[in-house]
Amino acid sequence: MRYLPLTQSDRQEMLSKIGVATIDDLFVDVPQAARLSQPVDLPSHASEMNVERHLSALASENVAASSVPFFVGGGAYKHHVPSTVDYIIQRSEFLTSYTPYQPEITQGTLQYLFEFQTQVAELTGMEVANASMYDGSTSAGEAVLMAHRVTRRSKAVISGRLHPHYRGVIENLSEMGGFSLDCVPTTVSGEEKLGERIDDQTSCVVVQYPDFFGSVDDFTALAQTAHDRGALLIVVFTEVVALGALRAPGDMGADIVVGEGQSIGNGLNFGGPYVGLFATRQKFMRQMPGRLCGETVDQDGQRGYVLTLSTREQHIRRDKATSNICTNSGLCALAFTVHMTLLGGAGLTQLATINHERMLALVDKLSPMVTPINKTFFNEITVRLPKPAHEVVEALASRGVLGGIDVARLCPEADLADHLLIAATETVTEADMDKFACSLQEVLS
Amino acid sequence: MSQVKFTKDHEWVRLEGDVATVGITEYAQAQLGDVVFVEVPDAGLKVSQGADAAVVESVKAASEVYAPMSGEITEGNSALGDNPALVNEAPEGEGWFFKMTLSEPQELDALMDEAGYAAYVKELG
Repeated sequence: MRYLPLTQSDRQEMLSKIGVATIDDLFVDVPQAARLSQPVDLPSHASEMNVERHLSALASENVAASSVPFFVGGGAYKHHVPSTVDYIIQRSEFLTSYTPYQPEITQGTLQYLFEFQTQVAELTGMEVANASMYDGSTSAGEAVLMAHRVTRRSKAVISGRLHPHYRGVIENLSEMGGFSLDCVPTTVSGEEKLGERIDDQTSCVVVQYPDFFGSVDDFTALAQTAHDRGALLIVVFTEVVALGALRAPGDMGADIVVGEGQSIGNGLNFGGPYVGLFATRQKFMRQMPGRLCGETVDQDGQRGYVLTLSTREQHIRRDKATSNICTNSGLCALAFTVHMTLLGGAGLTQLATINHERMLALVDKLSPMVTPINKTFFNEITVRLPKPAHEVVEALASRGVLGGIDVARLCPEADLADHLLIAATETVTEADMDKFACSLQEVLS
Repeated sequence: MSQVKFTKDHEWVRLEGDVATVGITEYAQAQLGDVVFVEVPDAGLKVSQGADAAVVESVKAASEVYAPMSGEITEGNSALGDNPALVNEAPEGEGWFFKMTLSEPQELDALMDEAGYAAYVKELG
């Protein structure tokens, strides 16, 4: 069969077969306001060279993260990705591989997934990790659903310092699933008293570590309170590099630890694709979402890997599956695994230390103009400005500095219009910091 | 004084006094093969006839075990957590799944007796 575009008569035949008059009739369920009433106004054609030239001109109006001093974080972090990572993930055995259902021909893919899981379990201080999720926010959503299954309860307490996008995903899932949420109002600092909100319907408490504003808290007491009241503690992270320097959430008593893995091995990628990390206790393993890869031996006693506990998954369990996730972010997980392997445990700790030192140096340079509100931080801080943060961000950008995130843009409901979120990673140079401090001085004076 | 009844989904029920014990039949365990995991319900769970009550997972498949009658679960067989193979070894004995009290005892009348179930299984081939 040759592939040919449809003719007008082909279309007409199909339309009359299904009993509608025009193609537009297929879209009547879409609200009128959302439909085009006339074709998009585009020039009819141009040469490839002209199109390239035009698009390049448009692109050059962007301020690219790699072209200026860059201090933006808030859930997506610009780290150095060694060129080895791209080289390895572009090998066709990895790049084009599909879900490793047949272990006899997919040992390479299965082995890296097993190593990925091992790395995630070690980083989070947990006993078992899955072979990845879509991103940090959907991992957080799945963690809440899992806590409902484990506890057979249906309410989640959400810290006001969880990334607002993550909270949004949890809200969507809860609305569709008929679960209730107790979202604590957003505050930058002070005690949230989350433990007091746990009642006999609460399945879990969700906190972020370091939190959205950059602070690092100890959740050991909260874990104890949650357990005493029959609820689980879910610890979420958006900056996985932090786990190279901080105490593992598992050591604080967390029951589920989830987060974003983008920082290791993956670029900013315009916000995605990213890779979600998901880890928990062995006793909850059968309630986990997503794929699990296990180590075993073949008939000759040789080490090998297989997908395991698949009966939780939708291709076997259908509507009773623990999750509807099917395709995952396999290539991003591979990039994570390769980068983490290159770093090793000591390398990761060193990377984390450099990040924190960069931030300490930046705090020093920005002081006394602005100082962190946080008592603790890793590589991100929140400061209060003498004028609206959105104006400062714009003014800095026009001076060629991407100086952080206007908190009110992500937390419009909180009264934080003069709050700026600033990140510093190992990619920030001394000169970048000087440029930032100098520009901020101009903008604030 | 006890009577054993069977469902078309291959559960057995043994009523002793007010309490019914439920498990899966010899035929069901043979079809499933080696059982590797069983999830039993907690005491206090209220179920209606035909609702999901337990999960049995073998090397071949994962299946639901349905409540053969309406009522309240009084006990799940905790021994199956450590030793799911009991379901293969003694499906109609130590490998029971849960015990329950009945809210609609007349539902029992519609289930098959031993001879009826034997004939039903024979029909399945």
